[in-house]
Amino acid sequence: MNVASRFRTLPETGDRVQFTLDGALATAPAGVTVAAALLAHSGAWTRRTAQGAPRTAYCMMGVCFDCLVEVDGTPNTQACMTLLREGMSVRRQTGLRDLNGGHCGRG
Amino acid sequence: MAEVDLIIIGAGPAGMSAAAVAARDGLQVLMLDEQPQPGGQIYRNVAQNRSKRGFLGQAYAAGADLVDALDHPHITLLTGATVWRLDKGPQVTWSRGGKSRTTSAAHVLIATGAQERPVPFPGWTLPGAMPAGAAQILMKTAGMLPEDAVLAGSGPLLYLIAAQMIDAGSPPQALIETQTYRQMLGALPHLPRALFGLPTLLKGLSLIAKIRKAAVPRYTAASGFHATTTESGNILFSFRANGRDQSLTCGLLLTHQGVIPGTHITRAAGIAHHWNAAQGVFQPQYDLWGATDQPGLHVAGDGAGIGGAEAAAAAGELAALNILCQSGRLSSDTRNQRAARARAALFRARAIRPLLDAAYPPPTDILAPSDNTIVCRCEEVSAGAIRQAIREGAQGHRQIKTSLRCGMGPCQGRMCDATLRGLLSADAPPDRPIAPPRARSPIKPIALGELAALSHPQEEPA
Repeated sequence: MNVASRFRTLPETGDRVQFTLDGALATAPAGVTVAAALLAHSGAWTRRTAQGAPRTAYCMMGVCFDCLVEVDGTPNTQACMTLLREGMSVRRQTGLRDLNGGHCGRG
Repeated sequence: MAEVDLIIIGAGPAGMSAAAVAARDGLQVLMLDEQPQPGGQIYRNVAQNRSKRGFLGQAYAAGADLVDALDHPHITLLTGATVWRLDKGPQVTWSRGGKSRTTSAAHVLIATGAQERPVPFPGWTLPGAMPAGAAQILMKTAGMLPEDAVLAGSGPLLYLIAAQMIDAGSPPQALIETQTYRQMLGALPHLPRALFGLPTLLKGLSLIAKIRKAAVPRYTAASGFHATTTESGNILFSFRANGRDQSLTCGLLLTHQGVIPGTHITRAAGIAHHWNAAQGVFQPQYDLWGATDQPGLHVAGDGAGIGGAEAAAAAGELAALNILCQSGRLSSDTRNQRAARARAALFRARAIRPLLDAAYPPPTDILAPSDNTIVCRCEEVSAGAIRQAIREGAQGHRQIKTSLRCGMGPCQGRMCDATLRGLLSADAPPDRPIAPPRARSPIKPIALGELAALSHPQEEPA
């Protein structure tokens, strides 16, 4: 996660929301989506595919599903369609999910 | 008995303008939009940005009037509502807050808009590569400015985003354009007609002037896009332009090759579609009012064919007038009279399209990319694998899908259908047209539990 954000966030209101990413504390401006918060936080991947390729939010409008992350325990959540709330727990996903939300390897 | 008079799917310019017209003449309107705010992609968060983010420009700010007009007692706007099924009746099934329900309506207007055309090349899946329109959404919704970005592709939106970035104080590092001199010349016969849309034309020229003035380096007739990641996480972008191999290192690679109608919902509803060769897209068929071959279903806006925001607002108004007429609230004479202004606006807004379509076509190596390009991002299927399947006899979208899982991931083909068609048509005999891929409900993924909780049983349409 040592890649700097690829965006500069305008200092507008100053209201910030606290959330956790893989258990580590992070903040983002209030009122943004989870995907915007993740892109403002880092330029690194937020999902790895079944074949291990790094991905992150892409279309920002709910079409591509590359922004899938685990939000408050629910896997495969579209980060670009989810508004960030105070205290949210966001986890990056690696590989496929199983029906119960756990990991499911594919050979 | 229908629960509401009119359900409008999509609160962009087409849907918003239709809602205002329908509500003013007494129809009870339910608007469903999956985003958190009305406006569509073009006017995203416009009402929240009234006194800030001025770099987005006047044309954007003007969209606030359409949002304001939704404040009407006959309009119920539900945001965060994803429509995933449309049945005869018509009946609309939609999900909001983890719960799905079905609502019946006398009329449904599908105004779900467009998405950016996928721009596949080796490396387009890497973090740091993203559509230019996606970066613009971040500017509109989060005040996030792309830093050290390269803009690559073609089309008017690329110029607009470059100009917005310049005005915001974060100009692009370079503008890499794919259109050729020959394509620009070939577009010239469309210029006389485009003069009917002179203000739009002049606005485009002013954007290009702004990019020149900011001394953003420009490359044209670019091809052979290729991206890799450097050790520090930057993007190394290679391409060919001016007869030479070029490469640039950037923080963000923002690509764009125009927009295409989102047709999952119109296809799943059984509406007839045809191939629009000038725009290189499938689009639903409809009459002068946006009425389709399916009872109760109208379409308007970019989801029905690309025309831009002004054309969408005009088409939304025409559809609403026709729905008012069908509901017995307007005579056809009154409908026709009241349509005159919108018809003129629609004509002016569409006048510039043939010029733009001819000047900024998606290049062939994007429509049918090289073998080592991922085509289906969800299932990680390469262009080489698809070409191999075609050589082995797979025909059409469906056989490719069943043999390779291409298009079977959560995006349901939204990121690969256009490219798959490009690959299929490269070898297809011209006398055998490629049918649009089949779309079925649920047209957006929903949780099984949510599906199970829908109380009444429903039949699968043929």
